[in-house]
Order: sequence, then C-alpha cells, then structure tokens
Amino acid sequence: MSGTITRRGLAAGAAAMGGLLLAGCDRLSQSQGGIRRVLELDETFNYRAQRLLQAGQPLAREYREADISRVFKVNGSSMPDSADFQRSMANGFADWRLVIDGLVERPTQLSLEQIQKLPARTQITRHDCVEGWSCIGKWTGVPLGLLLKSAGLKPNARFVVFHCADNGPGSLSPYYESVDLIDAFHPQTVLAYRLNDQPLPVGHGAPLRLRLERQLGYKHAKYVMRIEVVDALKGLFGGKGGFWEDRGYEWYAGI
Amino acid sequence: MAKTAMAGARSQTPPQETIYRHTRVVRITHWLNALCLLVLLMSGLQIFNAHPRLYWGQKGADADRPFVEMTAVDLDRHPRGVVRIGGLQADTTGLFGLSRVNGRVMVRGYPSWLTIPSYQDLATGRRWHFFFAWIFVLNGLTYIGFGLWNRHLQRDLTPTRAELSPRHLLHDIVQHAQLNLPRGEAAKHYNPLQKLAYLGVICLLALMVLTGLTMSPGVDAAFPWLVDLFGGRQSARTIHWISANLIVLFVAVHLFMVVAAGVVNEIGSMITGRYRIKPDLGSAP
Repeated sequence: MSGTITRRGLAAGAAAMGGLLLAGCDRLSQSQGGIRRVLELDETFNYRAQRLLQAGQPLAREYREADISRVFKVNGSSMPDSADFQRSMANGFADWRLVIDGLVERPTQLSLEQIQKLPARTQITRHDCVEGWSCIGKWTGVPLGLLLKSAGLKPNARFVVFHCADNGPGSLSPYYESVDLIDAFHPQTVLAYRLNDQPLPVGHGAPLRLRLERQLGYKHAKYVMRIEVVDALKGLFGGKGGFWEDRGYEWYAGI
Repeated sequence: MAKTAMAGARSQTPPQETIYRHTRVVRITHWLNALCLLVLLMSGLQIFNAHPRLYWGQKGADADRPFVEMTAVDLDRHPRGVVRIGGLQADTTGLFGLSRVNGRVMVRGYPSWLTIPSYQDLATGRRWHFFFAWIFVLNGLTYIGFGLWNRHLQRDLTPTRAELSPRHLLHDIVQHAQLNLPRGEAAKHYNPLQKLAYLGVICLLALMVLTGLTMSPGVDAAFPWLVDLFGGRQSARTIHWISANLIVLFVAVHLFMVVAAGVVNEIGSMITGRYRIKPDLGSAP
C-alpha cells in the first residue's frame, strides 16, 4: 500500500533529519565564530530583562530555620591544594589576610578577626546550582558593600573580582569570579564566615566565601583571598570574568 | 430506479472543496514553534542530565529523597540503567540512566541522541535552551496576540457549551477511537477534542515558561509569588519536566492524527493555508 510506504518513508526521513539536526547542532555548538556568538546573545537578553524586573533591587527570598537543608551539598573544590592555604587553615586562619585592592582609594588587608567584628548580616537563603539542585542554609557575613565603601571606589571602578585559593575542579587554573557594582552593593551580597551558626566548613569555602543570592551557585566564590576592583574583565585569565565563564557558562547567572 | 439513483448520486458528488484554514501568522508561528520546541526539548534534556533527579518542595540535592531519578546501578558487575518514580523502578538500560555514546557505555540520564549537544556539555545546552526560549516566548506572544485580535482563539478554538456536554464529548471520543474523522461541513471547523487538545497544549506551554522562570533565582527575587505558586523551586523543576512529557505526548498524538487524516493535506494546509475538505459520505443517498 502506498500509505505504508509513505509512513515508512516518513519514519526514515524523520530519523535522517534527526541525525542531521544533531550533527548540525554539535557543529554549531563547537563553532568559535558568529553562530556561537549569536547563541550567546541569550545572556544579554537575560541580563537586560532581569535587571529591568529587579529595578527595585528586591531581596532574594529568605527562609525559616525549619527550611534549612539537613545536608548542604559540597560542590566544586572541597579543599584547596595550596600548601600555604592548608598551613593557614591548620592554625585557624590566624595569619590569613583578605586583600582589597585594585581601583580603590585605600587598599586594605583584613584579618578574619577584624572581618568578624564588622557589622554582620545573617540570612537563610536558597542556593541554586546550575546543575539543577537547591540547598537552603543560614549564612552570616559582612556585606560586601560595606568593605567596598570603606576602601573607597575610584570613579572608573566597574567590577569586583574575587580571587580564590583553589583551582577550578580538575583544573590547574585558579578559581575566580566577578560581579558588577549593582550586585556588589546589594544588601544580601555578603562575604560569609558562618554557615548554620557554625564556622564556615572548609568544604563550603572557609574562611570566607561570597554569597550572591540572586545568581546561581558558581558565582558564589569560595576561599576568597583577594578582592580586586577593576574597570574591565578582559585582562583577567580567560577574559570572561570567571573560571566557569571562561569555559562557556554565562557571566550573568541569574537564570 | 436504483441504477439511476446511483448515477444521479455520482453526478451530484460535490467537487473537491478547498477552504482557507490557516492564516499566514498561524502558519509561520506554528513552524517556528515546532522548531523551538524541538530544540528546547533536546537542550532541556541536556540540562536535566546535569542532575538527573527531581524533588518536590523548595530544596533538593544528593542527600534528599528524589521524586524521580535516572541512575545507573551495579556498575562493577552488571551495570544497568534504571528510572525510579516514587517507589517504582524500571530497568531502562540502553535508554535512560545508562546508554552508549559512540559505542562506549556511559552513565547518563537521557541518551546522547536525545540531547543538544549530543555530548555532555551543560554550558552549551543552556545557551541553546535560553536562546530558543526567547524566540519561543516572542513567537508564542505573537500567536496569542494575533489570535485574540482576529478572534481566531475565541472563534475557532473555544468549545461551545453544547460541545462540552458529556454526550457530545463521548460521541467525539468514540469517533476518534474509530479514526472516523470529520468530513464535509463538520471538517470545516475543529471538533471539541481538537479544541480542547490545542487549548490544553497552549496552557502547558505557558506552564513551561512559568515553571522555567521559577527556576531562576533572579526572577524569583523579582516575583516571589512564582515560588509560592509552584510550591518551591524544586517543585517547579519537577512540574517543568512533567509538562515537557505531556507536550511530547501531545506532539505524538498530533503527528499520529496528521498521518491518520492525510499527511499531504494536513502538512500542506499548514504550509499553504489551504485545506481540502473530504466530501461528506453521509450526504449521498
């Protein structure tokens, strides 16, 4: 029957089209040129749309104690390889210093004790990983905006870069992240040193890690050693503003 | 007598009637939508594979009990892929949980031939997903906007009260089950099941957008009510997955009906707009 032939033909045609589509998508995905750049426009649209929706700078939802995850998943690095870091950890980070430099009026070095004496913010928030899972935890830390204000931003300051003690997972490149000034001065953007009323565990980025509540987990740099204020991200490492960003992920990770 | 009647009936057979069924906007948005859904589905499965577990509520990670899970078991001796839904478990080796990629057996949620890219690459899967999500939303708004403006949605897709009566619906279900598809006058408009299916899938597509947005921490800050609406980010992710499955089911039935009703006429009408009406057999004496 012609009907059966048509149907068989359709199925074969669909399979062939499917194969072509997949091969085509793989090739487009790996292209370094225009097509990949067109695909990456998603980030521009997402960034613009979300900045518009967040015009009133709303806070991320804060949860109740009862909502806190029994186990907060450790992801990415769980212990920096650096011998210096491990030595510092062994003596309770007594010799550890947070460096704040770059485009600031007063470059600063702060000990953990000094940071813990600054005004703190505690928030129970949801941590959303780019992979899809979520954990809820209670974070205590110093608002980043406070540190930046006391260091004093120079007029050409545009981005805040976090240099970390760890290398990216399975990599020899150092982990780093960056945020714009809108996120840097958001009240929930804190450098946390406590999780669930305990000193921050090393798996979660001791002694100090970023909380950036309106973006995905990979933006929340752990083991922060140095905060550098810059005017552009191009000159740093891969030039995309973060370890994962240099590997194809969006710099704006609000979705 | 019978002879003349037959001859008369033959001569009275109405000429093949063709109607203009789909406007240009419907045709363009239909095909663009089809392309977007295919890319969104396949890049969505790539994203799902990064954490092939679904939870209910606000939170959910490795230590929490999943509602749905694709995983591989017994990796040392006799590796098998399994899907767990609630308390049920099915062996899905080769398809879900464990499948071959270029001849090598790999632990992965959905198989390589269902994902964009075909290899494991969450970053690129997200790029495809969000880029086509934007096209999908703009295209969908165009369709809805035009459909309301020229009253296509109200006139052609909204079932009448009479069509929603149990008797009418039951009749329609029986006709569909027998693949007894409308002819003549009845074929000039959608039947109630068709209307409900099209309206239903429009609602599912809107649900996809809303649950997708609920997974965004940035959107959640702006619209916290979204999180409440779906009972949490992880519930939203689960609903996103369930409605994706329902849309795949819709497309399967849709394609089956296209084949049953006549591939050339159906696909042709969505390209040219013109639809050939099959003459009504019942009207012949």
